Amino acid sequence: MKLIYEKSQAGRRGLGVPKPDLPVPEVPPELARKSPPRLPELAEPEVLRHFTKLSTRNFGIDTGFYPLGSCTMKYNPRVNERIVGIPGFANLHPLVEDDAAQGALELEWHLQEILREVTGLDAVSLQPAAGSQGELTGLMLFRAYFKDKGEDEQRRKIVIPDTAHGTNPASVTMAGYELTPVKTDARGNIDVEDLRGKVDEHTAGLMLTNPSTLGLFDENIEEIRDIFHSIGALMYYDGANLNAVCGISRPGDMGFDVVHINLHKTFSQPHGGGGPGGGPIAVRANLEPFLPVPVVVQDGAGFRLEYDRPKTIGKVRAFSGPFGVFVRSYAFIRSYGPGLKEMSEVAVLNANYILARLKDAYDLPFDRLCMHEFVLSARSLKKEHGVSALDVAKRLMDYGFHPPTIYFPLIVPEALMIEPTESEAKETLDEFIDAMLAIAREGAESPELLHDAPHDRPVRRLDEVRAAKNPVVRYRFEEHPVEHGAGSRQLEAQKGA
Amino acid sequence: MSFLSLTASDRDEMLAAIGVSSIDELFRDIPQGVRYGRELDIAPALTESELQRHMEELAGKNIVDEVCFLGAGIYDHYVPAVVDAVLQRGELLTAYTPYQPEMSQGVLQAIFEYQTAICELTGMDVSNASGYDGTTVAADACFVAKHATGRSKIVVTEATNPQVRQVIKTYAPGFGLEIVEVPHEGGVTDPDRVREAAVDAAAVIFQQPNFFGNLENAPELAAAANDAGAMPIAHVDLVSLGVLEAPGEYGCAMAIGEGQSAGNAMSYGGPHYGFLAARNDYIRRLPGRIVGETVDAAGERGYVLTLQTREQHIRREKATSNITTNQTLLALAGLVHLSLLGPQGLRELGETCMALRAYAQTALASAGLEAVFPEKATFKEFAVRTGRPAREALAAARAKGIYAGYPLGRDYAGLDDALLVAVTEKRTVDEIDRLAEALS
Repeated sequence: MKLIYEKSQAGRRGLGVPKPDLPVPEVPPELARKSPPRLPELAEPEVLRHFTKLSTRNFGIDTGFYPLGSCTMKYNPRVNERIVGIPGFANLHPLVEDDAAQGALELEWHLQEILREVTGLDAVSLQPAAGSQGELTGLMLFRAYFKDKGEDEQRRKIVIPDTAHGTNPASVTMAGYELTPVKTDARGNIDVEDLRGKVDEHTAGLMLTNPSTLGLFDENIEEIRDIFHSIGALMYYDGANLNAVCGISRPGDMGFDVVHINLHKTFSQPHGGGGPGGGPIAVRANLEPFLPVPVVVQDGAGFRLEYDRPKTIGKVRAFSGPFGVFVRSYAFIRSYGPGLKEMSEVAVLNANYILARLKDAYDLPFDRLCMHEFVLSARSLKKEHGVSALDVAKRLMDYGFHPPTIYFPLIVPEALMIEPTESEAKETLDEFIDAMLAIAREGAESPELLHDAPHDRPVRRLDEVRAAKNPVVRYRFEEHPVEHGAGSRQLEAQKGA
Repeated sequence: MSFLSLTASDRDEMLAAIGVSSIDELFRDIPQGVRYGRELDIAPALTESELQRHMEELAGKNIVDEVCFLGAGIYDHYVPAVVDAVLQRGELLTAYTPYQPEMSQGVLQAIFEYQTAICELTGMDVSNASGYDGTTVAADACFVAKHATGRSKIVVTEATNPQVRQVIKTYAPGFGLEIVEVPHEGGVTDPDRVREAAVDAAAVIFQQPNFFGNLENAPELAAAANDAGAMPIAHVDLVSLGVLEAPGEYGCAMAIGEGQSAGNAMSYGGPHYGFLAARNDYIRRLPGRIVGETVDAAGERGYVLTLQTREQHIRREKATSNITTNQTLLALAGLVHLSLLGPQGLRELGETCMALRAYAQTALASAGLEAVFPEKATFKEFAVRTGRPAREALAAARAKGIYAGYPLGRDYAGLDDALLVAVTEKRTVDEIDRLAEALS
């Protein structure tokens, strides 16, 4: 398919600009643009068609089942898109005085209260823009807390299990901490003996996802809590998997001191092909003085943004946070009410159902009931038939499903991480199960079918090594735009591109 | 619950297949001591129509009918209808990050086109797929500069958006950075002061147009940074780049900024997108997602996430950033808006902003409001003295339905009587006359 730059014709445009009958001032010549940017030149209908065509080459939850583990790809209610466009929300400038933003502040305050309730903690900052920024903010709070106690120089280490999301260790580095990795035991829990040997007076805290990226709830969480709290260290909860436990078990009750909540996972902000997200953090009272500013507070009958927090770490993002994300997540939560518990129950039921029906056809590294997701392995398929987790994933596309997360967590070889969420009908789960069972048979009987997959997507498998070796990361106007391989013109004609 | 499909018999069949007798049993691995025994204390569920009403009531408590001359980083530009139409395509709206390229060519190609647009506008070689906003991309740029130069001092001009400076300072202890601010003189930054401060610095960050709306002598600021071996980083407004020179053309190493002006409603501050672009020398140090061109097994052109060995899911604690989720959908909105405008439309947009701004400056001067920084060239924003505490002037104008601007005394000493006034292409001569009358 052509790039929009390849559809451009000089002189066309897709939007008029008001032209008041006023003189246009000169820009000082040394600061003025010399040659115009080569933006696309198309009339409005062709712009719309271009992006509509791009959308047909993409797959979202609206298209079909999307069991991408650790990403919680649930239904995004359409009414939320309508609500976020209400002029009273969409046209509100973030720097208006608080009296002009009472509705927005009330919504943010209610969302803070709900997140306190769901996490079992005392105070909330909505500011972080995504889960990974929530992590970084949480670790900044750790440092501020220990600095306040005169222990920042002493406590330099953060403990992270080997199953953790890559963001956890990356956040540790960005916060200026050192990483202490800890192993996983035979049941998929943190190896408590390994942990005991690694925690000491230099430990600032733990970062843990619970349930873990294996989809398993850590059965020793109380013992782990005691280990950290007995030495005065803090515990950070990566809320990526909160969808498993809403109304069932609260991170604050598990002993965690700081939690981030991925609003784009558990609370249904559409992920938009990569973002936006929202990563509010909830904290225990002893960390509240350090929260980023501003904080939304209730003040008599109204609400205001509070900046006067002498011990604040500062700001991690502009304004009070990604407001439109709050609108959608608040609306989603209000649609469930206390029924958020049923949401988590169904998510866990769906995952266990798929697990029960697939565990004989694939390897199962930890044979337990799972929470909202689980990890299978294609290790035997790989060993016996040369078929990899990647091959299974690509073949699933032929059956009309988005593949699961693959090759993660890193401790499971040929990992297939499956998270169905609560949104699916049993018929969809059954179709997916049937496809996975069929693929396991195909892998044994005709592995080339999997190696060659996908067969009917807009493109075949792509050469990622080539992309990284000689990066082409922008359209090169000067060069011949397309490097077609043999037979590609014919393919292009067939596809009507 | 209308978002859930399972019937009672579905549930029974599924529990039987699992081999448990109840949903409760699925949670047996959770120790009793950490179970939540109560119902969540959240208001009862609302139906869709009840929810719509509730949200309209909340939205109705916000005041959005005052004529907006407020800017200071977020602007009341027009968002075309085609932007909304594209963003509501479910295949784009409800997709995750494009880890599986065969399922995601639409988003991947759109990001590639976005990266191209950002490079064209800024005069840079490479752009990432977006950052959170115009403040966090500045922190990202500091991280790049520190590792590229091996230096840990960051120089930032005081005339750079205060929130950008606050975010950099918040990130600084973790990054091991020292932040040095260069004061403005008469609303612009003296290149000689930058030259002194830039000694041993990793980067010099300045904003063009700066926070006061004034045009800096950006080529001289960039040269001052380059002379000291520091990376010049320009924080720019996309909408200005049809009329103002691209940072790449005057020697900047990186260009960053808030993308809201292109394609995004103000939405009380987000979600929007930050853009981050750089010279090719820094491509393997950039944070965030980058899309690259390649070919498929049939030789057909296609797109993938590339240079992933920079990223946290592979490099973990050695990654160039912890970012995963970015702002792709909002960056797509920017791309659609820019594609509609084209080069001519973008130029006209800048010219219209400048023409209305100039008219507003004259009108306010005629109404007796003195310029804070007389004789300074500006783009779409300028500062005036109101002759009384700026909040009073603001309140008086609001009583007449005009939101007149941003009180600069919030961030700058000695400017308690000053308002920063922004004029976009949506304002009219009549509205500007009302502004002048309201402030006189």
